[in-house]
Amino acid sequence: MLRKLKSLWQIVRRLSGDDAYEQYLKHFDAHHQAHSDNSSCHAPLSKEMFFRQWQDDKWEGVKRCC
Amino acid sequence: MNNLSKNFIWILISIFGASAVGVIAMNRGESINALWFIAAALCIYTIAYRFYSAWIAARVLAIDETRATPAERLDNGRDFVPTDKWIVFGHHFAAIAGPGPLVGPTLAAQFGYLPGTLWILFGAVLGGCVQDMVILFISTRRNAKSLGQMAREEIGPVGGTAALIATFAIMIILIAVLGLIVVNAMKHSPWAASTVTATIPIAMIVGFYMRHFRPGQILEASALGVILLLLAVAGGGWIDHNQTLRSLFDHEGLTLAWWVMAYGLVAAIFPVWLLLAPRDYLSTFIKLGTITLLAIAIIMLQPDVKMPALTQFIDGTGPIFGGKLFPFVFITIACGAISGFHALIASGTTPKLLTSERDIRMIGYGGMVLESFVAIMAIIAAAVLDPGVFFAINSPSGVVGKEAVAAVAKISSWGFPVTVEQMHMLARQMGEATLFARTGGAPSLAVGMASIFGNAFGQSLLALWYHFAIMFEAIFILTTLDAGTRVGRFMLQDMLGNIWPKMAQTSWLPSVILSSALVVAGWGYFLYIGVIDPNGGVNILWPLFGIANQMLAAIALCVGTGILFKSGKSKYALVTALPLLWLIIITSTAAWEKIASNDIRIGFFAAANDLSDKLAAGTMPSEKADIAPQLIFNLHLDAGLTLFFVMLLWLIVFDMLRMCFYYKVGKTVPPATESPYTASRFVEKWVRD
Repeated sequence: MLRKLKSLWQIVRRLSGDDAYEQYLKHFDAHHQAHSDNSSCHAPLSKEMFFRQWQDDKWEGVKRCC
Repeated sequence: MNNLSKNFIWILISIFGASAVGVIAMNRGESINALWFIAAALCIYTIAYRFYSAWIAARVLAIDETRATPAERLDNGRDFVPTDKWIVFGHHFAAIAGPGPLVGPTLAAQFGYLPGTLWILFGAVLGGCVQDMVILFISTRRNAKSLGQMAREEIGPVGGTAALIATFAIMIILIAVLGLIVVNAMKHSPWAASTVTATIPIAMIVGFYMRHFRPGQILEASALGVILLLLAVAGGGWIDHNQTLRSLFDHEGLTLAWWVMAYGLVAAIFPVWLLLAPRDYLSTFIKLGTITLLAIAIIMLQPDVKMPALTQFIDGTGPIFGGKLFPFVFITIACGAISGFHALIASGTTPKLLTSERDIRMIGYGGMVLESFVAIMAIIAAAVLDPGVFFAINSPSGVVGKEAVAAVAKISSWGFPVTVEQMHMLARQMGEATLFARTGGAPSLAVGMASIFGNAFGQSLLALWYHFAIMFEAIFILTTLDAGTRVGRFMLQDMLGNIWPKMAQTSWLPSVILSSALVVAGWGYFLYIGVIDPNGGVNILWPLFGIANQMLAAIALCVGTGILFKSGKSKYALVTALPLLWLIIITSTAAWEKIASNDIRIGFFAAANDLSDKLAAGTMPSEKADIAPQLIFNLHLDAGLTLFFVMLLWLIVFDMLRMCFYYKVGKTVPPATESPYTASRFVEKWVRD
């Protein structure tokens, strides 16, 4: 039961974008650490900066219907 | 489970579904339990999803789960992101389900519950769901291109331009009619007006919270917002009882219309984080919560449907809007059965998130099934009202008369008894001054929802439930209003940029203000006319919106049919061509009647001529004579628009047919732009599953 509630909570977080920054960090770790000298090309964005870009992106184009 | 018992279950579902449809269709004279509607809907959806959508996925589209989707190939962690299918489903559903499936079925209930219900069920599984799924598929195969781009590249420049113009036109008319619905819900209702007004600062608080105070804490901020909204609903009741505060929010329709326009202008200029984004969270949460609650309440309460299966208004004399059952029920209910607008979400937005082509069936077809179910609940909420009450709320004063006594006499004479006392009592219970002639569908849906919620969760809170329902509708109508004005603004800036490149800079303030003002002026005009029209305006605007939306659906189905044909699947092209044919028939017939009918309640020219004659003869009361010239001009404009829409539709249909013919005889056609096959890296994981 507790596990089910937890996964429901995860779905709600993912759907609303509440965990978007965590997802971004995951993606960043997976894709930006590939340099041979082990230094990444740039540091990940701060949560505030990331959220700004994410929110502004999200509202480009037709996003809501009738 | 072995095959035999599996088949047996499907046979049982089919028999049960068929009997439920039979009960709904054959019932005459007696009231019928709403659970039959739910049962019929669930059986039809399950069967259609299990068999028809599976067949389309496997045979018609030949979905290939080993093929990498754009989200996998172009994964950038931002807009292209492979996402879990339930999450994509949630995003897709939140994007497609707006106020449309609630309003259309409510208005169409004037024909009785049966025509609307059947069209919502069969239109969705054979038309709307197929459209959404096919467009989602072809956009996924084309790097998530938009409908307009696909129309241009696969059929020709005519198709692309038509899609662009249709989108812009729908946006303008949709916003006008939605604005009108909100205005009608707030007219002389301090409670509703104050609650709706309060949603604006609440959204700003939430926006500020998630942008600056606690950046990215979306759920925290939304929870705060939902609590504030509920307080605003309760607070509205307190304002309503306070004589001084009350007068601040007690306004004529026209005043409210100016405020809605001013709001739309400001909202389109403000940054998205301040108003649009936070209010969208609130409206999405409230919308999903309320719809779930409504479904639970209907199942718990099992209310009786009091509306007859068919009313005499199928002959075209209906008070809510003029026009016969065919074609107007199919125009009035667009969203919920088939909605062209969905093609804009299913191309461009949702394909960027798909992890596997396998998910297309559940998201494209399944998403629309759920929207159709919302429409079924709306028709139930309209049909549980006493028909007399339903008509008293929804009939404009231009049809039944301004005085309550005259209105009830007229409505009772149609065979739907209602009394002045009954309406007064109801209005008092709902905390409103009057419920007569509250056109637009929102108040009657709110009364329906309030009585369902009231019976299920406590009768004493009827007024709260009513205003909660009004707030629920207003909040996502306002979201569509800002989002639409903003999209219209971007499209206009893009078009103006062709003339003067500086106009295309979306950050250049003079261009932003000018283009926003032009878009607001566009829908504001129709809203203004709708408010001053004594027949309520909705009767003109909603069919116009329906025609435009069905036209966009026809464009989407043309793109789908053209692509199926070109990719050598002409034997399956009927899957999209048949719904397309049906749309062509209904939009063309409706457009023809709106233009050529001699009935002044249907034909635009007939109504305009009637007004001019009366004006010339001097038989009109002076208040009507003052607005008559504007109404006449508007009727001519509407006729022109309708003609334009239907010509656009035929243009793209012929262009598609031309392309198919060229392909058949071996002439050159635009090449298929499907991106080449790349094997998915995710596949092995599934094989293991």
